Amino acid sequence: MPGSAVSLQGIAKRFPGVVANQDVSLDVRSGTVHAVVGENGAGKSTLMKILYGVQRPDEGTIAVRGEQVSFSSPTDAIAHGIGMVFQHFQLADNLTVVENVVLGAERLHGIGDKARAEIDRISTTYGFALDPDALVETLGVGERQRVEILKVLYRGARIIILDEPTAVLVPQEVEALFANLRELQREDHTLLFISHKLDEVLAIADEITVLRRGTTVGTVRPADVTQHDLAELMVGAELPDPGGGESTVTDRPVLEVRDLRVDDHDGRHLLSDVSLSIRAGEVVGVAGVEGNGQTELVEAVVGLRRAAAGGIALGGTDVTGWATRRRRAAGIGYIPEDRHRHGLLLDAPLWENRILGHQTRPPSARGPWIDRAGARRDTSRIVDAYDVRTPGIDHTAGSLSGGNQQKFIVGREMSGDPVLLVAAHPTRGVDVGAQAAVWERIREARRAGLAVLLVSADLDELIGLSDTIQVVLRGRLVGEFDPRTVTPQQLGAAMTGAAPSPAGDGSR
Amino acid sequence: MTLASRLLVGAAAPALAFVAAAVVTSGVLLGSGAAPAEFWKVVLSLPDARQLVSIVNAAAILYLSGLAAAVGFRMNLFNIGVEGQYRVATFVGAVFAGQSLLPGYLNTAATIVVAMAGGAAWAGLAALLKVTRGVSEVISTIMLNAIALSLVAYLLRKVGNREGQVVVTDQIQQSSWVANITLVPGEDTKVYGLALLAVVAGVAYAVVLNRTRFGFDLRATGASESAAVASGVNVKRMVIVSMLLSGAVAGLIGMPEMFGSSHAYGSTIQTGIGFTGIAVALLGRNNPGGIAVGALVFAFLAQQATPLGIEADISPEIIAVTQGVVVLSVVIAYEVVRRYRGRMEQAQVARELGDRQSGEVPV
Repeated sequence: MPGSAVSLQGIAKRFPGVVANQDVSLDVRSGTVHAVVGENGAGKSTLMKILYGVQRPDEGTIAVRGEQVSFSSPTDAIAHGIGMVFQHFQLADNLTVVENVVLGAERLHGIGDKARAEIDRISTTYGFALDPDALVETLGVGERQRVEILKVLYRGARIIILDEPTAVLVPQEVEALFANLRELQREDHTLLFISHKLDEVLAIADEITVLRRGTTVGTVRPADVTQHDLAELMVGAELPDPGGGESTVTDRPVLEVRDLRVDDHDGRHLLSDVSLSIRAGEVVGVAGVEGNGQTELVEAVVGLRRAAAGGIALGGTDVTGWATRRRRAAGIGYIPEDRHRHGLLLDAPLWENRILGHQTRPPSARGPWIDRAGARRDTSRIVDAYDVRTPGIDHTAGSLSGGNQQKFIVGREMSGDPVLLVAAHPTRGVDVGAQAAVWERIREARRAGLAVLLVSADLDELIGLSDTIQVVLRGRLVGEFDPRTVTPQQLGAAMTGAAPSPAGDGSR
Repeated sequence: MTLASRLLVGAAAPALAFVAAAVVTSGVLLGSGAAPAEFWKVVLSLPDARQLVSIVNAAAILYLSGLAAAVGFRMNLFNIGVEGQYRVATFVGAVFAGQSLLPGYLNTAATIVVAMAGGAAWAGLAALLKVTRGVSEVISTIMLNAIALSLVAYLLRKVGNREGQVVVTDQIQQSSWVANITLVPGEDTKVYGLALLAVVAGVAYAVVLNRTRFGFDLRATGASESAAVASGVNVKRMVIVSMLLSGAVAGLIGMPEMFGSSHAYGSTIQTGIGFTGIAVALLGRNNPGGIAVGALVFAFLAQQATPLGIEADISPEIIAVTQGVVVLSVVIAYEVVRRYRGRMEQAQVARELGDRQSGEVPV
């Protein structure tokens, strides 16, 4: 058995209002590929930032090769031979490969021939096939990633953290990356591989540690588990059931999406041929591994992204060309995925946040004027009705805990009788009590005839609340499931493309 | 936080800033071999009636300039081009007023509108570049400043009349002049009548910003663009509208003096007000009351510095150092206080609600 390269014991990290990591323990053996998997928000990034010295843990210990360490910056981590390859490349486009690698590490081998020789040596050893004088802007995504790996190797890293390295790659590039990683492993490097793509993890890792809700739930060997087992560990199939209740689905369509296509800046399809109908009193859940198009679907419905093709109708009216404001005024409530970036003005008092997204309607506005008294009154109502725990409505939104911020947003978006609620991860990062409250509110509104588009990474939440579940994979809806009969395992398999789905697209 | 502690924390920032500015200025004086005591004696002396009136006049003009900058700043739009917009607007206004197309005060009112339109149009160029081509407004407004200066100088030679050393536009008819206000009885120097524009603009700024939907959208965009977009704010439209407003207010800067004393646009026009306005807006934290304080402080320091050379043998330019350090320290001090306040508030919320954070389930 090889020795321990990295050992994390009892790591905890708290941010105001949330606990990102708690009692995390991880043991990475030297010379292995160790995968860390978990849903978005499970605490993977925070853990890696702690290991790389970007953040300090509130509790727990870190040991590198058996030696207890305390990092106050990435410089310390690099000095201990730890390198990190970020998901978003940190390269200067207008510099060459050599210049990018040397930048910030000029003291190691200078900036001249010695540096170039070292880069050549590394590149040859690991089969990177990079032209040292090529401008980075001329390189493809896979090559850029190799430059990033080259950078950490040049700085002497023996333990390399790769944060979602395959997220930006096409399958052929993934193959090439894996070949490089095996080469690194042969040279006795230790690799920490962060991912949520189960098939890839099973293909490359020697050991897999699963994170859920900020804590480690187990470490397994790929030979001993299936994708189903991993999916179950990741989403926590044994969580309490949000409970279904009587169906309240009517036959009056509220939201109709037909043949929707959404493209990114480069014209690549983020969503293709998405058709979906939600009736009054119906909750349609969308399940999918993060990054498969659910965010884009939500943003297209709310009007934050333009449809490249197809259309969206609300209550029989075509709203495809409508701006966000007009759609919201027409009765779309929106609980965004990232409440800090999209749902709140953190430095503004709670009552001003009541106005956000509701600038055009009573009680927060009267004609072109802001109705301060009305907004304040209604904020107090929300605080009472939704059990938002705050000393007062003049406190800033940023001073509340995450769960209370979320309850406030739910209360705000349920105000003014919406016809459609678009809810992205409505209970992410909130405490159990708030979670139950939010579920109850959504169920109540559904009984009153609200149509809900629910996107969630929590499969139990999806199964418990939805009347229909759609699975999204690589920008397409690939399967429709009945939540009364489906199991989280079946959903997890469809989400990763592991099992044959109705679209017959089970290559991954 | 109680009201008292809130006020105390709020007052701490400017107080700290002024202390820092005093220390740095004294240090510079000592370093250059001058006597700080002499300096402070002159600068902190009580202004006489004439000086007082000058301070009020200068403050009113600086206030308008500060407001013009603040309109953009409130939505993180850095309009560095107030100077250029003010020059273009004042020139266009003077040429229009000099035509005497309208009688009496109608001409005055129309000129103000024309000047505002001129300033708005010049600022609009930067807004258009930003929303259509993605050009940073900082770059474009700085460039437009340079262009404005040359363009106005060129046009002034074309349409103006040479009067000795200077070139000026046609005089405004006397019936359109705005009477000056006597601030101190028996004093010859008087406050410009149109200095009241500063009051009107300040009230309008406060009302629009705090009481209207437009103002809310503007502030929301400044506070968090992503949240504003999700709430349905059309950020491109906001950029154009707020830039036009900023330019329109810049168009007012030249009016008090033009209708109160110069009665024309000449090559002796006061320069640099647009840049000082940026500092004044920063000093006042883009808050209508704060900008007023900032404008008064700057006008006071500038006025008090004038006799420095005669009375203390110190170059009056030293006051620019004091002004600069005040702004710099204020920006730093406010940031420090803001963070402190944020932590205090979070701690207070946690305390008042009991320690619920520990019950929070991790994410």
